[in-house]
Amino acid sequence: MRVNWKTYNSGKFFDEIIASPGHARKPARRLANYLASLTHDQLLEKKRAADLAIKTMGISFTVYSDAGNIDREWPYDIIPRIIAAKEWDQTSLGLQQRLRALNCFINDTYNDQKIFKDKIIPRELVVDSANFRKQCMGINPRFGVWAHICGTDLIKGDDGQFYVLEDNLRVPSGVSYMLENRRVTKRVFPELFEKHSIRPITEYPAQLFDTLAAISPRQSDYPEVVVLTPGVYNSAYFEHSFLAQRMGAELVEGGDLVVEKDKVYMRTIDGLSQVDVVYRRIDDLFLDPKTFRKDSALGVPGIFKSWVKGNVALANAPGAGVADDKIIYTYVPAMIKYYLGEEPLLPNVPSYLCVDKVQRQHVLENLDKLVIKPANESGGYGMLIGPQASKKELAEFARRIKADPRNYMAQPLISLSTVPILGERVVEPRHVDLRPFILQADKTHVTAGGLTRVAMIKGSFVVNSSQGGGSKDTWIVGDS
Amino acid sequence: MLSRVAERIYWQARYLERAENTARLLSVFSTLLLDLPPGTKLSWRSLVEITGTDKVFDTKYKQANERNVMRFLLLDNEVSSLLTTLASTRENARTTREIMPLEAFEQINDLYHYARDNAAASLSGGSRHRFLEEIISCCHEISGLMAGSMSRGAAYSFVRLGRSLERADMATRIIDVGSGNLLPEIGTGKKRQEAKEPYENTLWMNILRSLTAYQMYRQHVKHRVNGEDVVRFLLQDDDFPRAATHALTTISKVLVHLPNNTKAAKQVNKTRAIVQRGDINQLLESGLFQYLDDLQIEIATIHGCIADTWFLPHI
Repeated sequence: MRVNWKTYNSGKFFDEIIASPGHARKPARRLANYLASLTHDQLLEKKRAADLAIKTMGISFTVYSDAGNIDREWPYDIIPRIIAAKEWDQTSLGLQQRLRALNCFINDTYNDQKIFKDKIIPRELVVDSANFRKQCMGINPRFGVWAHICGTDLIKGDDGQFYVLEDNLRVPSGVSYMLENRRVTKRVFPELFEKHSIRPITEYPAQLFDTLAAISPRQSDYPEVVVLTPGVYNSAYFEHSFLAQRMGAELVEGGDLVVEKDKVYMRTIDGLSQVDVVYRRIDDLFLDPKTFRKDSALGVPGIFKSWVKGNVALANAPGAGVADDKIIYTYVPAMIKYYLGEEPLLPNVPSYLCVDKVQRQHVLENLDKLVIKPANESGGYGMLIGPQASKKELAEFARRIKADPRNYMAQPLISLSTVPILGERVVEPRHVDLRPFILQADKTHVTAGGLTRVAMIKGSFVVNSSQGGGSKDTWIVGDS
Repeated sequence: MLSRVAERIYWQARYLERAENTARLLSVFSTLLLDLPPGTKLSWRSLVEITGTDKVFDTKYKQANERNVMRFLLLDNEVSSLLTTLASTRENARTTREIMPLEAFEQINDLYHYARDNAAASLSGGSRHRFLEEIISCCHEISGLMAGSMSRGAAYSFVRLGRSLERADMATRIIDVGSGNLLPEIGTGKKRQEAKEPYENTLWMNILRSLTAYQMYRQHVKHRVNGEDVVRFLLQDDDFPRAATHALTTISKVLVHLPNNTKAAKQVNKTRAIVQRGDINQLLESGLFQYLDDLQIEIATIHGCIADTWFLPHI
């Protein structure tokens, strides 16, 4: 049996490949025709080849569970997601604009605090944030950039337009899976790459290295850049190792680094060797037991002071997470106008702040229609999807919101767009989001596309890999 | 190179070499046992003793029969089973894959998955033979890949250190088996010697085989297979890669390229001198046990020197 687009139906949701039964959208037409030329068994055969490639390539992530930590093979769906180049160019400008404004905001927060004085954002909302680091006051990182690496989550609503769901400014992960997905797709569908003009994504590791090298305190041609990982049991260890390898940087753990006279060194077989830039993949609070959590065994004692003195660069800078907060998120369009004097190119999802009395009332009255998010959780944890929640859960969230309104915001349930996935028997629609990665130092870069995450369960909106989500290769396809 | 990375690369190479040696040992000894006369002291249990894990074995199993020994050495969750050795190889490769060639990790990963998926079905008979052959051949591929694609820098130096030290260690363990006077008394007087001889030859031939040394022995010793010559070859030959002397010479040569090498180099030279000066004829009469035991301690001390000089301090 062949793939039949006439029986493919995404219902009321916006599908990115199929506009109406039997009719593919223009950029996806070649792909749709190609898929329709294959039988389902041929597609399943390709899926098996992809699964084998993933196993061989050792693409994995770790799932924490009661039964211990399991290193799982990366979940991947073989049908690529297609976005038109024209649309992406516009989105990409919006992403760069956003990160520039966010960096202005972080730098302002830790220095002049003009945006509070001008009453654009209430000061207490920021300094009360769990991600605000008072130790960072008065520090000026190179280029005024605090968040060098940003992963912004985008979704497409019923209108087919991208909306920003959140900005991840602490230690966003996923970029290695984006790169590996492409490598797997090339193995599985080499013939498709001949027919399409697909934007390459391979330059990311080089751009990341350039970004990190640009912030090195010692300006030399060969700055010592390291990737600091919490270790092999971290869920993103694969990515840490992957990026270090692709950049030709050392992958270090806390125990490999030592601070002497406020300079950071790594222990090598030749003795101590000075480090210029640390791409740290551990949270602020674990970074330095002398400054933050005293019980942290993952961090490097004294590294914060070394950074304050300008002897080492940290990416992202400690305290950058202050803008990675679902409450501050609602102010990003205002920041863009305030700092850049521009109109936002990418819209936010409409949001309600529970800290505001009027908006809180609206949220409490419409809990069963809204999605409630805590300010600082990630990975989809601690949120409530109103329309799918039980009475008991709704009551519990009402209680939590009243007890700590600063910590909650609400958004209408946005109907995520769908794309086809290969099911056991048919090709079926599933909901997706998109995480592009944006780099900023002396220059700004945006990945061509990003990591597409798929809710593999029918009807589900939960795309997180830690909760059963899958992923897809994402193609930015030109007209030619 | 980071000290931690050096340590992991070293262990990855040691474990890979150990996996290959274990596979070959199991393969050779399975056929050897079929050829020996009833009453021989060489038994399935000897295999456990070679790997130095008899105490662990005894806590788990009552009987050292083929099935138990194979289960223990192939797939049990113990320190030295083939499967755990491969799992350790993989874990060390996984944590150094930003340094090692990408394909090396992919092949090690594949090898581990192959072993994990097939070990249980390969405990006996023809399937075991095929399984072990496949493991050995994969190990060769991986060593070849590293030899052919790694620059001769610090990373490759630690690969060679790990591999060579494991080889020196394995040579001494295997000789230990052969010199153990394992054959039963058959016949009397001159007849006794004549009756024993073919079995002794079989035993020594297989000891050579378990270190892939049979063919090279024939070419270079040009003498019939006998205990004294075999022990001399496996301990003192400087050209055969799995002979103890060659392994120690390799370590000496590698050390020259590493910083702060004095302590380790001194210990290697000392060990090599002990191997070279051993009077095999006399040692065979007075018993090799003590000599080999001392040698193994010297080899362990080489490891200690390497760890102290280049690896992360264990706090």
